[in-house]
Amino acid sequence: MTRILMKGNEAIAEAAIRAGAIYYFAYPITPQNEVGEYMARRLPEVGGVFVQAESEVAVGNMLFGAVASGKRVFTSSSSPGISLMQEAISYMAGARLPVVLINIMRGGPGLGGILPSQADYFQSTKGGGHGDYRVLVLAPSTLQEAVDLTMLAFHLADKYCNPTMVLADGMIGQMMEPVEFPENYVEEPVPPKDWATTGCQGRAPVIIKSLNLDPVVLEKNNLVLAEKYKLMKRDEVRFEAYRINPKNRILVVSYGTMARICQTVIDELEQEEISIGLLRPITLFPFPAKEIFAEAVKPNIEVVLTVEMSMGQMVEDVEWAVKDKKPVEFYGRTGGIVPTPEEVKDYIMKILAKDTPAVKSWNG
Amino acid sequence: MNESTHAIFTRPQSFRDVVTHYCPGCTHGIIHRLVAEVLDEFGIRGRTVGVAPVGCGVFIYNYFQTDFLEAPHGRAPALATGLKRVRPDLIVFTYQGDGDLASIGTAEIIHAANRGEKFTTIFVNNAIYGMTGGQMAPTTMPGQITTTSPRGRNVEECGYPIRMAELISTLRTPAYIERVAVHTPQNIVRAKKAIRKAFQYQIDNKCFSLVEVLSTCPTNWGLTPNESLNWLEKTMQPYYPLGVFKTPDAEEQK
Repeated sequence: MTRILMKGNEAIAEAAIRAGAIYYFAYPITPQNEVGEYMARRLPEVGGVFVQAESEVAVGNMLFGAVASGKRVFTSSSSPGISLMQEAISYMAGARLPVVLINIMRGGPGLGGILPSQADYFQSTKGGGHGDYRVLVLAPSTLQEAVDLTMLAFHLADKYCNPTMVLADGMIGQMMEPVEFPENYVEEPVPPKDWATTGCQGRAPVIIKSLNLDPVVLEKNNLVLAEKYKLMKRDEVRFEAYRINPKNRILVVSYGTMARICQTVIDELEQEEISIGLLRPITLFPFPAKEIFAEAVKPNIEVVLTVEMSMGQMVEDVEWAVKDKKPVEFYGRTGGIVPTPEEVKDYIMKILAKDTPAVKSWNG
Repeated sequence: MNESTHAIFTRPQSFRDVVTHYCPGCTHGIIHRLVAEVLDEFGIRGRTVGVAPVGCGVFIYNYFQTDFLEAPHGRAPALATGLKRVRPDLIVFTYQGDGDLASIGTAEIIHAANRGEKFTTIFVNNAIYGMTGGQMAPTTMPGQITTTSPRGRNVEECGYPIRMAELISTLRTPAYIERVAVHTPQNIVRAKKAIRKAFQYQIDNKCFSLVEVLSTCPTNWGLTPNESLNWLEKTMQPYYPLGVFKTPDAEEQK
């Protein structure tokens, strides 16, 4: 395999093509425009389709129609654009369609800013649109992982017939790193797409819909979805354990770009003989709650610290996972500000010195 | 008369043998049938996918013997775009009412038409929101009483009814746009011809096609079926003139 230096957005775009997704619908928004620009150039070369839609509302619904063909289709966008797609995401979740969405998060709320943020955790992992549904969410922390998870996203979407999101931040989208693409990409088989609307020649008509006026039928569809989410929680939880060992005094939980910064801090503290472990969720839904609990309750752990580029969103899931067995602290910056290793380190030192934390999550 | 000249009235193959939910005197049933007949005549049922709207037409997927997608309100043209772009060999049509197409879905229909998407839209204009119980639509006539314009549509506040066929016809991109009505047998025959033409343009991969069909809603208009047919002709038709507004062939001559 050859290593190529690429920008995150372009690496994600190429990864999607390598996974067989050659149908792309999108609307321009910073900081992910390079995905669309790459696709506009590249897709005609591979017999694919690029459509620049009139809005993200239309993008979501073009995906809805396109994914109904049974082909792999996707979009990329950033926070405000993903908000506009929530209508279609809810419909596709209800109709059980395997769409893939890339969200290169920027600061909010509202128009917010264009710099990196992790403030869409709630929106991505708790539903986002109306109704009882979940999106499978993958959070890369390096460009190589962005490539790998983008390819995996198409597989998992097909496996579960469920909307699947790669949730990265503007840092992942904008920075450059060497990446490798698998040369002979092979996937586990996915279920046949016998639900696709491909014309009813030689078979009974297929209807893809989310409308069920009979509450018994509608509840049944929700139960099918719930069963699927249970399977995801059982089989698809992914995380990375970094420097986790019995000497750890603090368990840090952090994802994406923020987790990389925490790794730097943890490496530095290791030099100073202060042992900190990091549990980095790779799937945000399903969330590695059991794994966090198992580490948090170990006798040496004094505090669980969640670090995010938000005012405290994932920390709610961490608190829920830890079940009051250990104190949960939070540190975060938001609005496009990326915490430096120094400020994270300072905060950890304060915790160790039992100094009252200066920053808490909004619900803390 | 030779037996082969007998036209036996049967249900089109593209139409299921079921009772529809439409109210007495509603013309959705006629329009459904015309579309089904055209699919049969072209022999395209097996490669046709319909896109259902939100509104009275939503259950169209229960009545057609073809694949169907059910779109969010107004978004049928976006779904049709997505599907047709991925599978250009399919015949894709949207079936939309006036609230769906002329209000919440205005952006989607205008831009699909402007991109020249190669699908067909059947736009049923009955000047009211039927399914939600008779609220004012963008196509409601001036002075027309609805549940949300109880003193009649006030054009000072709500503007004038939108003539979608004319509006879309102003776009430079080639398209086939015609307005028809279904309140008399003669008009029904013309409507069928327009729908045939619309699908023909799609089969030929020529252009976007849209047929606006003036339709009745006796229940929410508060009229009998017969009075409704009359109201369509006397009140709607003068404001919404019938005819061809745009053809791709004319565009080529420019």
